[in-house]
Amino acid sequence: MSPETKPDFLINPEGLRIDGRRTDEMRPIELKVGVLKQADGSASIRQGNTYILAAVYGPRELHPRHLTINDRAYLRCVYRMATFSVPDRKRPAPSRREREISMVIANALKPALFLEDYPRAVVDVFIQVIQADGGTRCAAINAASLALADAGIPMKTLVPAVAVGKAEGKLLVDLGDEEDKYGGGDVPMAMLGTTGEITLLQQDGSFAKEELVEAMGMGVTAMKYILELQKEALKSAYTKKVAVEGEELDEYEDDLETDLGEAEIAGEEDE
Amino acid sequence: MGDYSSEVISNIDRDYIANFLDTGKRIDGRAFDEARHTEIELDVVAAKAEGSALVHLGDTSVIAGVKVLLGDPYADSPDKGVMMVTAELPPLASPLFELGPPKEPAIELARVVDRGVRESEMIDTSKLCIEPGKKVYMVFADVYPLDYDGNLIDASSLAVAAALLTAKFDEYKWEDGKAVPTGKKLDLPIRNSAVEVTISRIGRHLVMDPSLKEEMVQDCRLTMAVDKSDKLRAMQKGGGSGPLTMDEIETAMTMAIDRAQDLHKLIDETIKARKKK
Repeated sequence: MSPETKPDFLINPEGLRIDGRRTDEMRPIELKVGVLKQADGSASIRQGNTYILAAVYGPRELHPRHLTINDRAYLRCVYRMATFSVPDRKRPAPSRREREISMVIANALKPALFLEDYPRAVVDVFIQVIQADGGTRCAAINAASLALADAGIPMKTLVPAVAVGKAEGKLLVDLGDEEDKYGGGDVPMAMLGTTGEITLLQQDGSFAKEELVEAMGMGVTAMKYILELQKEALKSAYTKKVAVEGEELDEYEDDLETDLGEAEIAGEEDE
Repeated sequence: MGDYSSEVISNIDRDYIANFLDTGKRIDGRAFDEARHTEIELDVVAAKAEGSALVHLGDTSVIAGVKVLLGDPYADSPDKGVMMVTAELPPLASPLFELGPPKEPAIELARVVDRGVRESEMIDTSKLCIEPGKKVYMVFADVYPLDYDGNLIDASSLAVAAALLTAKFDEYKWEDGKAVPTGKKLDLPIRNSAVEVTISRIGRHLVMDPSLKEEMVQDCRLTMAVDKSDKLRAMQKGGGSGPLTMDEIETAMTMAIDRAQDLHKLIDETIKARKKK
């Protein structure tokens, strides 16, 4: 229910955003890997009030069979929102918006995967939005790429994603719900962690060319930061599992922790 | 991990589970009348849902969210609000669940959980009326399994109960022919509380809270909704066509009433702990 009203301003006179962030500041992000037991790989993300789960099944036999691709695996992404994830109750049937987002998420993730290793199979990525508060497609990509890694799907790199945009003439990183709804533009992006190539790019609102290029530059910086968080989440999921088995592995764990935050180790998560 | 590709279970597993029961043991070491570790987390969708709860029942977990909307009353009950439970079996939760519109198991889950809420008269729908014949509150409790390791009914019923009991929604009043918000938050008009307990029959044994493997070999299950005064408010025999004797049904009822008392206590304690926070 809770009728949403347009806030009086998105950027206050001190230059801070509606939730007190600076223009280039992201919401707090919490990534967890291996959160679901039945799935072959899984991850969750909390980004502000946005809360999303991603589960990966496969590579496994593809049904229905007519979708089979003979020289590689079919990557099937399904993005769904829970009925209670939004202010009004979402109707339970899949919407056109959910279908489109599923498609762009698949396209964002595909270049990072060695799908040719599994011809005729399917890799299923199921994304459930539990609470939506802006930036769900990007948060979904962040979680889905971790879930794929957790499932052991061969990958070239992780895929970080973020939405940049504009409100009241200021460029913003990681749009919240109100900024998306009432702001002047939204640019969700995703990139390959190793090469920085862009795999998701959408835009609405109105931007001058220079403005858009600057906004995307801010997005790339934010995605590099998210990539480090992703690596950290992946490592901590596996070091915990190893540490239970024997104490002699503690040294290894320490090594990993000292690596955190160092940007040059891109691609290490494949090992 | 998804190490099975369909609802088929090997004869070896089937015989193993059944024969093990004959020696008085269950595959996960539980007593026949013992449920798995049960935990309720409240307010997991605090920013958007009016009420929410995440329930862990062993390795099964289910999230339930409550939305309260304004709507038109049904023609046959113009002064009553609407209370409805829906459920999905998302493929995220198990390799056994497929994409597509809800099939029989999802519909049964929703209807059995709904019946527990409805028949126990948990929500007083006559207090959900804003203006008779014009506007009423519509309460939706929607269930999303996240991890399926058997017995979704009990986990869902517990999550729905916890979410309804802790829900807060905006009050509206009728003014000049329309509903306007008063700015006040209301609790749902709770009159009773019921939880569902499922007992599964495998061979001639009755087991509490079947795990996925047990569900796969069960002859049938019996689900009972038990309210706070130990009254049975709804039942459903399902999960296979195996018959039950009168004695078995009576034993199952006793088991369910005992377990329901524990669950009611767990809900009360969880809500109490939340208030302290």
